[in-house]
Amino acid sequence: MTSADDAFVVFDHVQKSYDGETLVVKDLNLNIGRGEFLTMLGPSGSGKTTCLMMLAGFETATHGDILLDGRPINSVPPHKRGIGMVFQNYALFPHMTVAENLAFPLEVRKMGRAQIEEKVARALDMVQMSDFASRRPAQLSGGQQQRIAVARALVFDPPLVLMDEPLGALDKQLREQMQFEIKHIHERLGVTVVYVTHDQSEALTMSDRIAVFNDGRIQQLDDPATLYEKPMNSFVAQFIGENNKLDATVEAVEGELCLVRFDNGETARALAVNIAGPGSRTRLSIRPERVEIGAKPDFNSVEARVLELIYLGDHIRCRMEVHGNTDFIVKVPNASEHAALTVGEVTTLSWRPEDCRALDAE
Amino acid sequence: MADRAEARDAPVVAPIGNKQASEAKMSDASANGGPVLAADGTPLKVSLRRAERRLRLRAFLLTAPLLGFILLTFIAPIGDMLFRSVENEIVADTLPRTVEALKDWDPASGQAPDEPVFRALYEDLKVAVAEKKHTQVGQRLNYEKSGISSVFRKTGRRIKRMDPDKPLKPQFVNADKDWGDVETWRVIKQFSPRFTDGYFLAALDMQRDAQGVHLRDEKDRIYLTLFWRTISLSAVITGMCLLLGYPVAWLLANLPARTSNLLMILVLLPFWTSLLVRTSAWKVLLQQQGVINDLLVGIGLIDDAHRLALINNQTGTIIAMTHILLPFMILPLYSVMKTVPPSYVRAAKSLGANDWTAFWRVYFPQTIPGIGAGAILCFILAIGYYITPELVGGTSGTFISNRIAYHISVSLNWGLAAALGSLLLILVLALYWAYDKIVGIDNVKLG
Repeated sequence: MTSADDAFVVFDHVQKSYDGETLVVKDLNLNIGRGEFLTMLGPSGSGKTTCLMMLAGFETATHGDILLDGRPINSVPPHKRGIGMVFQNYALFPHMTVAENLAFPLEVRKMGRAQIEEKVARALDMVQMSDFASRRPAQLSGGQQQRIAVARALVFDPPLVLMDEPLGALDKQLREQMQFEIKHIHERLGVTVVYVTHDQSEALTMSDRIAVFNDGRIQQLDDPATLYEKPMNSFVAQFIGENNKLDATVEAVEGELCLVRFDNGETARALAVNIAGPGSRTRLSIRPERVEIGAKPDFNSVEARVLELIYLGDHIRCRMEVHGNTDFIVKVPNASEHAALTVGEVTTLSWRPEDCRALDAE
Repeated sequence: MADRAEARDAPVVAPIGNKQASEAKMSDASANGGPVLAADGTPLKVSLRRAERRLRLRAFLLTAPLLGFILLTFIAPIGDMLFRSVENEIVADTLPRTVEALKDWDPASGQAPDEPVFRALYEDLKVAVAEKKHTQVGQRLNYEKSGISSVFRKTGRRIKRMDPDKPLKPQFVNADKDWGDVETWRVIKQFSPRFTDGYFLAALDMQRDAQGVHLRDEKDRIYLTLFWRTISLSAVITGMCLLLGYPVAWLLANLPARTSNLLMILVLLPFWTSLLVRTSAWKVLLQQQGVINDLLVGIGLIDDAHRLALINNQTGTIIAMTHILLPFMILPLYSVMKTVPPSYVRAAKSLGANDWTAFWRVYFPQTIPGIGAGAILCFILAIGYYITPELVGGTSGTFISNRIAYHISVSLNWGLAAALGSLLLILVLALYWAYDKIVGIDNVKLG
């Protein structure tokens, strides 16, 4: 965790409104450490891109301060902020060659010819594109353009690089490869990266910390493992990874755990994470891989009916009806000790109370 | 797989994948470089053409009505008009015997022709007068040497009283003394062939006399001055349109849709008003006692005695035509600017470029196709403009088109009008060619 003192980028009570009626960003407080890879993750319209644009200087904050290296930058124009940026469509200048594109930020900084050539060569080498210096962007494939865009954002050695869904236009295989390359470049250069995406697997793969955005607020800010294992509210639980949700009412709170009653009258124990108290509605969250077939001691056990089986090779996705919820997914490993299930069969499911998190009812 | 023998037995079957069969088929052609064959043994190219014939026929039939219309109403009249710039049949048709007799006469001799030529002229004119065609020949030749028209008219009235039994030369000279002038006969001889370069020479302010082809005296040159004025004013107007239109096009492309639609209506408004009304409005505004001069006098910028001459000169032409041609610059610019994503300028700024550098090095180069299209459109429209220079240009602000119109409807010298029009066409094509060489025509985007 980063405290406000040694933070490199600080959002301090930042608000943004376009029309003066609704807030797109509501009271954003965020500290980003030096050298950190922070991802802003959220559905479209959640305010993440607006935050990035405010940091880059293309949008002005309606209220609050943004500090870069301890300095307020609200009134600093974009070209004086010294922040590298990779755009969604790469924004490589079509009328310049790859080398000219890379030389552009150095030329506007009035750098010498020899130094420019050396830096351009080094940046091209970094993304393994040295052979393409004299090509035009239109002559490159999507992945190659992506690398040039990354190289251009880094060539003038900015301490901070912003990336706005840079891999959105690539196919799946190339996207995964580029995720690793960007991650490696980040580790090698020690540059601070703020990365915006709506793809949760991308965020989990690359980030040191992830800020999950929804409705103009950060819902949760944590490292990938914590975010996946310990979601603090229903939105995060649902947005990150696969999730089974069950609605219930809190009966009693017993220390870390709580007793909940489902609408069909049955009860179960769950980890009390984000509940208002006895009598309030809650939504339970259980990851499919934490559910086991068969009864176990000290586990929550429940009768479930098999509705659908999807064979996926290494495991079988099993859709079941649990406590009236017909979208309950269980991943059954394709191993010899597991008996084959059949559609319509009634079986017993069980899970640890600690793996079942009682969250807000939304 | 068919073997060689089977392939010979069934020569029509020549699968491309079967090397042996192909060899057998093409043994007389070249084994390695022969044409690729389709499955039925016909060359692939023939087969492809056959397959696409129906498609092409349909495409042709769809465009045929328009093609016919254009041929009939555009290509044919223009071709006919261009032909008039070199056509010169009237002399040979009306005075066939004279033309024949003049063949042996040499204008360099310094003597008017002899009796046989006058006899031929007498025969020709008798027929021409009966058909009332002698005045037309006179008029045609009058373009080349003024005064000949009246010579023919006068002689036409006297021809019946002439006595063919007496020598005719004195009688003709008596009818009009110009018949004894070598110059009259030189002109007739010069314009007796069925085709002439006389119109083009005239259109280029050149003349042919006893000394050969040379430029007219400086004070007599009209058309070269007009061509130069047309080109230079058109260039100025195009430049003005670009200067005024570029920021407007940028606003149109970058404002929110609601505001830009309103602005677009304002840009298009002149399109919906009659050209004549707009031009007349400029007359009201720009004249010496007009709105603008009154205003300038009113606020004391100029005094009453020195009102600005804004109309009936080149200034008037430039102002009115810039206004009229502005949409033709704005629209192509707008459509190109619309396709330049705002992220380019943002990227440039994030890379450290200030507003001007981002504009000049990143935005502007991407709008060059629009500038090219707008400039070509404006320039070519301006170079052939007629009505506006006519109304607000006075004498110093008229274009070559005004002169063409004059020759078509007033002086009726269609040949010269056609020659001027042809030169204008050649000029535009040459500019287009030069533009293609310098900027590249692929760089033009109309939308």
